[in-house]
Amino acid sequence: MTDVPAEPDPKPPARSRWSGSGAHLLIAALCALLGFAVVLQVQRTAAGDTLAAARPDDLVQILDELQRREDDLNSEIAGLQESLGRLQRSGESSEEALAEARRQSAVLGILTGTVPATGPGVSITIADPDGRVPPEVLLDAIQELRNAGAEAFQVGPVRIGVDSAFTGSGGAVVLDGQALTAPYTITAVGDPPTLAAALAIPGGVLDTVRRAGGTMEVTQSDSVSVNALRQPREPLYARPAP
Amino acid sequence: MYAVIALIVGVAVGLLVHPTVPEWLAPYLPIAVVAALDAVFGGLRAKLDNIFDAKVFVVSFVANVLVAGFIVFLGDQLGVGTQLSTAVVVVLGIRIFGNAAAIRRHIFKA
Repeated sequence: MTDVPAEPDPKPPARSRWSGSGAHLLIAALCALLGFAVVLQVQRTAAGDTLAAARPDDLVQILDELQRREDDLNSEIAGLQESLGRLQRSGESSEEALAEARRQSAVLGILTGTVPATGPGVSITIADPDGRVPPEVLLDAIQELRNAGAEAFQVGPVRIGVDSAFTGSGGAVVLDGQALTAPYTITAVGDPPTLAAALAIPGGVLDTVRRAGGTMEVTQSDSVSVNALRQPREPLYARPAP
Repeated sequence: MYAVIALIVGVAVGLLVHPTVPEWLAPYLPIAVVAALDAVFGGLRAKLDNIFDAKVFVVSFVANVLVAGFIVFLGDQLGVGTQLSTAVVVVLGIRIFGNAAAIRRHIFKA
């Protein structure tokens, strides 16, 4: 790589041989070649086609980097999909559990009398002009209705629950500590004809009421509502077994 | 002056014709361009110093390009192509700057 300024003045004969128009042409050709190459390279760089000309080493490095990045992104995708699936599963299962709990709470609420109930049923009015209908008759009526498939009852303003009790005596019936006054009205949700038939069987509730000097009237209805509510009672001793 | 005209002609031809660079030449073209630029700047400086010699210019031009290309080729074979390319560009760049400084002193006297 000897450079121009390093060479002061070579031999004159050689110089004369190199100073003709041929040398000028040669220099011009080289300069034109340089300009051509510069433009070529600039265009190639501007076209962004650098990968095509990159060295194998660089290509390998670029490829490695891309593959590493792809691996990273793939594992990220897998993680995110897993957590998405987990969230969806837990969402579904908790939704199901909630619906099941609601269903159960509705069933238990009707059974224990903590929620109002409505549906087809009968309403019964027992008149007791002589004040001789004993609490046993009302209890018989409730038990007869329950045997016949009634699902929710109320007597007067009191909802019948699992621990309801008739006390008192004829004409002064007390239900769960609340005094009832005649005429007694019983509302029961169930299949109306079955309930009515159960009350009217010979020797059943109807006969007993008549014997006590009262009258009983049964009205079947497509829709009766049992509105009275009981307070749920916290069990003192019993705990759910695990 | 004819050299400058030839340079412009070369640029114009390059712009008008859109040639594709052959694959084997692609890695060497940028290095060759820088080497040729070094030779041209050296020639320009010699011209201003009044010691320009056509033979020296042509030989240094061709030799610069060939040696630079050979170094890059060798680097590619040895697996250090990128680093050697950088080294060649740095060295040639320093020489171009030196020549440019000399040219600047001639033209601006500073």
